[in-house]
Amino acid sequence: MNNGYKNRLKDSIFKYIGVFACFIGLILLAILIGNILYDGFNRIDWSFLTSLPSRKAEKAGILTAWSGSLWIIIFTFIIAVPIGISAGVYLEEYNRKNQLTRILEINISNLAGVPSIIYGLLGLEIFVRYSNLGSSVLAGSFTLALLILPIIIVATREALKAVPASIRVASYGLGATKWQTTLYQVLPAASGGILTGVILAISRALGETAPLIVVGALAYVPFTPTGPMDEFTVLPIQIFNWVSRPQHEFSINAAAAIIILLLITFTMNGIAVYFRNKWQKKINW
Amino acid sequence: MKYKLEAKNIDVFYGKLKALNNINIGITENAVTALIGPSGCGKSTFLRLFNRMNDYIDSFKLNGDILIDDKNIYEKDVFVDELRKNVGMVFQKPNPFPKSIFENVAYGLKIQGIKDKEFINTRVKDALKQAALWEEVKDDLNKSALALSGGQQQRVCIARALAVEPSIILMDEPTSALDPIATAKVEKLIHTLKEKYTIIIVTHNMQQAARISDYTAFFYMGDLIEFDKTNTIFTNPKMERTENYITGRFG
Repeated sequence: MNNGYKNRLKDSIFKYIGVFACFIGLILLAILIGNILYDGFNRIDWSFLTSLPSRKAEKAGILTAWSGSLWIIIFTFIIAVPIGISAGVYLEEYNRKNQLTRILEINISNLAGVPSIIYGLLGLEIFVRYSNLGSSVLAGSFTLALLILPIIIVATREALKAVPASIRVASYGLGATKWQTTLYQVLPAASGGILTGVILAISRALGETAPLIVVGALAYVPFTPTGPMDEFTVLPIQIFNWVSRPQHEFSINAAAAIIILLLITFTMNGIAVYFRNKWQKKINW
Repeated sequence: MKYKLEAKNIDVFYGKLKALNNINIGITENAVTALIGPSGCGKSTFLRLFNRMNDYIDSFKLNGDILIDDKNIYEKDVFVDELRKNVGMVFQKPNPFPKSIFENVAYGLKIQGIKDKEFINTRVKDALKQAALWEEVKDDLNKSALALSGGQQQRVCIARALAVEPSIILMDEPTSALDPIATAKVEKLIHTLKEKYTIIIVTHNMQQAARISDYTAFFYMGDLIEFDKTNTIFTNPKMERTENYITGRFG
């Protein structure tokens, strides 16, 4: 056996290991989704989407849960996106590199990895108790906004980093201020990447359960929120609640609700991918 | 003799590194002045002093005066955005914005807050004509500037600089990324532009300096070795170093 033969052998072995690794993930996901579809697909109908929760499984619906999720997502978006993008722009465009900002940057990256329940406890203390918001939509939204802020900041910075320096220099060279350069050239060029980050962050917020349980999103809310100060529940909590009940009918409900939640998340990710591809095609440096 | 631009006792430091050493030079109005020298000799740094592009480098430090029309542009009452409307710049690699040709050329006017569409249209058309690009792009001004060839992109960048009507144009190796035909077009353009503008151009290409410039400054290791009429520099240089460089014996 010469060396060339060995190298080619190693090459093909690694290829099969790689394929195997990919398929493990895909197959497990397929089994999971298949199982849920099998359990819950027949349960989904119009009344399931428009009914209030009930103690009787066949009458129970997810109206309060998805409308609560909608309220939460809208307010989380309004709170987190402007702050996240502004912070990202500051750190990437305005910030001078020194010891303090390096510590700031490292900590923002670290925050993205903090377990979500910690954010829940923080939200409980600051928003529910200290700010007197109670277990309201607003308190939940602030908590989730904190959770996804680091994700948005990091995504914004990465997108801004990808904009070539020559664009900034060209703008400065024409007498543009930093703000004009950022607003007219850098942000539009980075918008695809920023948008992708924002949508992925919002998807993450949509699926979060732990922090909202801590904040006090009730599992049984007999009404839909009518304002930001109302109590609420969200889809993941409704699912969690149903799964934990002994009756089989409720786990069918849970499967159906999971399908709805997955559908929303996949749609949002799909939108993110669409915009990323669209912008990447347009800007070919 | 009165100069359009003057550099007086210029020292430039990047941290501890001295990039330029006691430079004194006067640049004539409506003429092309070429800055030549081997890589790292400080010619680009020197060019960027005139529109304060070095200000973005944290460790940058300047001693001495840069005068434009007898006014020191590094004084506190000079605002860089105002300065750069008077001193346009064209860069080494064509760097159009990822927008339409029209938006590229109109950008300098837009950021000045000009909203008059008629005025902007006229300026864009004039600038493209001056940049010898109008005939090639007049029918698709809304096409992305990134879809143009490298040479056309560079002329968009020149038009973009002209649209704000500066009196001085700085060019940092504007043809180094272009093919010979596009280079010839840009050189021809520079030749016509000097009637209205004062042009300073950094170039690596000795023949280019000889072809297009009226004055040539030779930099070496942060020193200005020789500055004279281009003709004199290339036919009868006073310094041995200059002669060695332009004849290709080093560099």
